[in-house]
Parts: sequence; structure tokens; C-alpha cells
Amino acid sequence: MNAFLQHLIPLLIAAVASMVWLGLNALVWVYCERKFAGHIQRRPGPFEVGPHGVLQPLIDGLKLMSKQLLTPDNADAPLYWLAPILSMVPVLLLYLPIPYGPVLTGMNINLGLLLILAFSSFNGLAVILAGWASNNKWGVLGAARAVSQTVAYEIPLLLTVLAISFMTGTLNLVDITTMQGGHIGNWFIWKQPLAFLIFLVAMFGETNRAPFDLAEAESELTAGFHTEYSSMGFGLFFLAEYGYMVVMCSVCSVLFLGGFNGPIPGIEGWWWMLLKTYALLSFMVWVRWTFPRVRFDQLLNINWKWLLPLATFNLLATALIIKL
Amino acid sequence: MGKFKENVIQPILDCWSLIVGLKITGKYFCKPLVTVHYPREVIDDENLRTYGGHVELIGKPKDPATPKCISCMMCVTNCPSNCLKVVKQKAPKPTPEQEAAMKAAEEAGEKVTAPKAPKNPAKFTYDYTLCSLCGTCIDNCPVKSLKFSNNIYWVATSRKEMNIDLLARLKEQATEFPAPAPKTEAVPAAAEKEA
Repeated sequence: MNAFLQHLIPLLIAAVASMVWLGLNALVWVYCERKFAGHIQRRPGPFEVGPHGVLQPLIDGLKLMSKQLLTPDNADAPLYWLAPILSMVPVLLLYLPIPYGPVLTGMNINLGLLLILAFSSFNGLAVILAGWASNNKWGVLGAARAVSQTVAYEIPLLLTVLAISFMTGTLNLVDITTMQGGHIGNWFIWKQPLAFLIFLVAMFGETNRAPFDLAEAESELTAGFHTEYSSMGFGLFFLAEYGYMVVMCSVCSVLFLGGFNGPIPGIEGWWWMLLKTYALLSFMVWVRWTFPRVRFDQLLNINWKWLLPLATFNLLATALIIKL
Repeated sequence: MGKFKENVIQPILDCWSLIVGLKITGKYFCKPLVTVHYPREVIDDENLRTYGGHVELIGKPKDPATPKCISCMMCVTNCPSNCLKVVKQKAPKPTPEQEAAMKAAEEAGEKVTAPKAPKNPAKFTYDYTLCSLCGTCIDNCPVKSLKFSNNIYWVATSRKEMNIDLLARLKEQATEFPAPAPKTEAVPAAAEKEA
């Protein structure tokens, strides 16, 4: 019993901490994204609430929470309300195995990578439930598109991750990070540049981010799967999107950029991990405000014609080199 | 071989355009802002000059209170959204003395012409709620009596307030900016722009 408690209490602390971390990240990145967008378009972005508009996301959150929760007529109410929760809860779990430092890891388990990949697929289920239960044709269309997109982009993502785990022989994210210790040359981006590029592209598809945000193409689908959601129903999807973004960028920095290892031996710690993750997040925002949205067939063509063969080739080449 | 180049080599080369796009937005990110915080700051008149606001009349260079307009109705005919209304002036009724004089002249076998109506419009109203700012009226005006205004601060709480009398507006502007002394040709042109 004592041993059980010994494992349970840190896990609970980690779960609560990851909840806080998720909320904090979402707040900060909503603000940062709007500021980034503003400055790229040479306007100030949010500016009115608080100094330089820093309180804007908080106020937006308050506004969102104070709105009425509506269930559409003839909607499948239990499924309809299950969807945003199902989209949000797995995200909390995704933060647990991410190593922010050698000690600062929520859950040091051997199957960390698998856990992240498995639970991030829940998003597809949440999306299809939301679209289906809304009793709305745009919702269904949006959900169909979102699912065909996330399912498609998951495959190259998995294949590139598999190449890394072939190299390292483990799915433990802490082990993968420590293998990249020492100097910058040990980072896997140098050994797996193609995998890094494929992961980067698949990341956009997997998190429904522009230019691959076809699931919520507001001009074609009026908003996609969350057309009918009001208040925090929509808010949870929104939070989950930012949560997935942070998780994907963290995983990317763990797999390819050395996680908490610094570029020079000796200086390592959680700040490196944060720096890399936030650099990747900034890149995602930068890309979003640069490229126009692709057409849906183009989106799937990029995946099936380019990413998938390239990822397969990369995996086979890695296996061959490892074997030799 | 051509197909291979078209389907495989070209897309890879095209990826460079993505980098170019990122470079452009990255450059813009670092540049200073171009907007102002409106209620606290407004942009100067120099920048307003290029703004195409609602349509307004241009006064005669020597008499800015009366428009150059000759009531030809070209703007009304060509307006796709029917937002302009022009009423021509009627010919002044001859006084009894004039009438008698005209009759006498007619009896004497002279050619008599009735007094002509002034060319200025009696009424020129403009409904901004209908206007799409296409500028067709401006292009079609044979005497160049219409222009886009630089007025960006026009707001109203009802549709009626958006229906304005352009003649009255012109008169107001004329009192605000009195008639320039047209000595050289360059001065009135510049003054016109200002108004």
C-alpha cells in the first residue's frame, strides 16, 4: 500500500501540474499567436486590455465561459457533450511522459512514446463524435474531412517516430533524450534529417493547423465539426488544439532536437526543452500566417504521394543501416 | 522523362517558394507597424488624400459654393446602385412685364427665346447606404464635378442620416474653405484638392 501511494502521489501531482501547464500554455500561446499575426501584418495585435493587451486571452476566456451552453435540436446530447471532453482529457495525459528534465518528468515509463501516439489519436474520435452528434450537415462534412486528415497524417508520423525508436531501441522518452546528450552533434536531427522534415509537416496535419486546417475551413464549412458548439464546448476544442500543438512540438524537440540537452555539454535543463518547444511553436505560428490553406485533395495528395513513401523509405533505410 | 521531371523534380524545386514566403513574412514581422491606435491617434491629412470615401461635388474654382455640375444626369443614369438623385432647375417664370415684352416682340415678327433654366442642379442628394463606391459616376461626369471625399470619420446611427444633401455639403465646405483667389492656374487646382 505504501509503495502504491509512493507512485500515486507524484503521478497526481504531475497530472495537476500538467493541467496547469496546459492552461498556461494555451493562454500564453493564444496571446502570442495573435501578436505574431499582428506583427506579420504590421498591426499591433491585441492592445486594449492590460499593458500591450496581455490580459486579452484571460478576458476572452471569461467571455467564453459566461456564454450559454446550447444543445441543438435532435442532437445526440450525451455524445454531443462527450466530444469536447474526449478531445480535452487525453491531452492532459499526453503531458505526463514528456521529459522536461531528468527529474522533471511526470511519468518515466518505457512506453512513453507509444502512450503519446495512442492517446493523441483520441482527437480523431472526438472530432467525429462532435460532427456526427451535432445533427448538422456541415458538422458531419467537417468531421469526415478532419478524420480522413488526422488518420492520414498519423501514418507518416508513426513511421518517422518508428525510425527513431529503431535507432534507439526504446520507446522511453527520457532514454531517447539522454542518448542525445553531450554536444549538439548528437541530436537526432543530423542522423534523421528526412524524418525531421516529415515529422514537421505531419505535425501540421495532425494538429489541424494552417495550412492544413481543412477540418475547420470556415469559408467552405462554416466552421467544420464544431459549428454547433457554443461557450466552453468550443473552448475545450480550442484548448485541446493548443494542447496538441505544445505536445507535438515537445515530442519533436525530444526526438530530434535533444530535449533538455543543451548544444554544449554541461549546460542542460528544462529551459532548453522549453526553448526548443517554443521555437517550434513560433515556427508553427509563423507558417500559419504565411501560407494559404491548401485544397483538400492537395492535402491528401501531399500525404499519400509524398510523406508516406518518403517516411517508408526513411524507415527502411534506417533499418538497413542499423542492421549493417 | 518529362513526366518524371514534372511530377517529382518540379515539386521538390517548388518547395523553395515556401522558404521565400517565410522569408517575406519574417521580414514583415521585423518591420515597424503601420497602423495607428485610432481613437487616441489619427493619421495626418497627407495620408487621407489617397482615401476614397463617399462621393461629393466639386465647386467651381471661382465660386466654390456652386458645383460645376450641369445636371446632365450622366451620374444618375450610370449609377449601378441608384444612390444619386439629381433634380434639374426649372426655367424661371417670366414676370408679367417680360411676358408682355415677349408678346410684343413676337407680334413684331422677332424671334423670341424663353428664358433658359440655369444648369446648376436644384437638388443633389446621395444615399451612402446604397453606394458601393464604384466610382462610375465620377468617371462619367463630363464636367468633372464629382470626386471621392477623404472623409473617413462619417458615422451615423440611422439610415436617414446617411442620405445627405451634397449641395448643402458643398456650401458648408465653401464657408469652411473660402474661395481662393484664382490668379495662376496652379493655385485653384491645388485648392480643389484640399477641399
